[in-house]
Amino acid sequence: MSSTTVDILLLAFGSFGILIALTFLGEVLRARQEPGTQNPVLETYMTRIQSWWGMVAFVGTALLVGKLGVMVLFAFCSFAALREFLTLTTKAQADHISLALAFFVVLPLQYLFVGMGWTGMYTVFIPVYAFLLLPIVSALRGNAEKFLIRVAETQWGLMIAVFCVSHVPALINLTITENSDRAVLMIAFLVMVVQFGDLLEYFFGRRIGRNKIAPGLSPKTWEGVICGVLCAMVIGSLLSWITPFDVFGAAALAGASCLVGMLGSLVFAAIKRDRGVKDWSHLIPGQGGFVDQLDSVIFAAPIFYHLVRFFYG
Amino acid sequence: MKFLRHFAARIVGHALRIFARAITAVRADWQGIEPVPRQRVYFANHTSNGDMPMIWAALPSALRREVRPVAAADYWLKNKLRAFVGPEVFNCVLVDRRPEVKDKPMDKIIAALDEGSSLIIFPEGNRNMTDELLLPFKAGLYNMGVARPDVDLVPTWIANLNTIMPKGEIIPLPLICTVTFGAPIHVKEGETKDEFLARASTALAELAPETKS
Repeated sequence: MSSTTVDILLLAFGSFGILIALTFLGEVLRARQEPGTQNPVLETYMTRIQSWWGMVAFVGTALLVGKLGVMVLFAFCSFAALREFLTLTTKAQADHISLALAFFVVLPLQYLFVGMGWTGMYTVFIPVYAFLLLPIVSALRGNAEKFLIRVAETQWGLMIAVFCVSHVPALINLTITENSDRAVLMIAFLVMVVQFGDLLEYFFGRRIGRNKIAPGLSPKTWEGVICGVLCAMVIGSLLSWITPFDVFGAAALAGASCLVGMLGSLVFAAIKRDRGVKDWSHLIPGQGGFVDQLDSVIFAAPIFYHLVRFFYG
Repeated sequence: MKFLRHFAARIVGHALRIFARAITAVRADWQGIEPVPRQRVYFANHTSNGDMPMIWAALPSALRREVRPVAAADYWLKNKLRAFVGPEVFNCVLVDRRPEVKDKPMDKIIAALDEGSSLIIFPEGNRNMTDELLLPFKAGLYNMGVARPDVDLVPTWIANLNTIMPKGEIIPLPLICTVTFGAPIHVKEGETKDEFLARASTALAELAPETKS
């Protein structure tokens, strides 16, 4: 086994260990309840843990398979996220072809470019080509009603669900050390610091949170975010052995990604509030939709990618 | 041969259901009823040719086996493929809408109810191409409610399908579709046809998600 495989397995077993502990905790709490009663908070917690089992299994398997596994997994995530996003945007029948192109041409091409490692193409494909060409396709149908809103919301969906998400697998293309197959571990690093940061932000926000960041939008508090970011930095430095970064570099990158991710989820909260929905969809039990689950990773991925490229590339 | 056709129909049915779920992640939202096997008439809004398969795909398999969509014979008997999919895959009750035919649609519908089947019907009669939420209902729903008063009439709202597959487009868009089942209604004693149809229409319209400006 290569050292990369060993490290992925170690991370997977570590995550499974944490999940076993959390599942065990939930079952103990369940067993201590009065017979016949149900605590809704506990049930939500258990559903979430179940979804987390699935996610660790999926991401772990994808990383073990390697490049192809990661591409397929994140292409699917992009598809699910784009579907959730465009379900809620403004559109007319005149946009039918351009929306179909977004799903069936732009999305696969973006992942093809990422898979081929064509950096120059996948960094401009959606911000330049899709941005300019899809509105032309819509305009050809000659319906001007809410035109700017329609094309702007579609482009936003593509940027978020395809461009940003595809920057997670794109990390594979960054060759920082000689041993290029270790790049896949940066994906594990990014996903783990951001998701653990989120979890701890939620935990500390509940415990000691006082001052809301954006009242009326989200229950996130400054105290929770600061604690979450600090925890992410600690986790990042502890995980520095899987990355090409030194301890301080890993902590700084973890902190930056986590902070951007948390503030990014405020953006999604604002969109959901405007559209009058609580979750993006129902596809992940206990969590809502793919966008609900990925929101902070979506914002963190391109920033992490470019910071690594700038400082280490 | 008959066995083979039946088997093929089952396979095609599963394939269509998986396709519908993969594309639209179709979800059933049971607001007013439980997904339990009871004899019901699901009456739904109609904007797209995908409406009937979508309700069919959203139902759990125990309910799907008992349900028969009421559909137009002139559409489903147009060619051999449709004649296979409509009557055999979806197990449609085919009715002839032409007034000159002796074979009355309501007789076939009542016969299907008496066999114990549940039904899917589109009481607007045609696909709604207007900006109105619903077209005026045809009398069929009322006649069913009067003839078989024990059967639950369940309002069923299909959201988003006119964007997923509008008339005249070939490629379906993979957007999320929700099928909402409301509380069942029955024809009240002494209620006239118009009163009942207005009440049914309101019950269905109330399931529509709030339209955003």
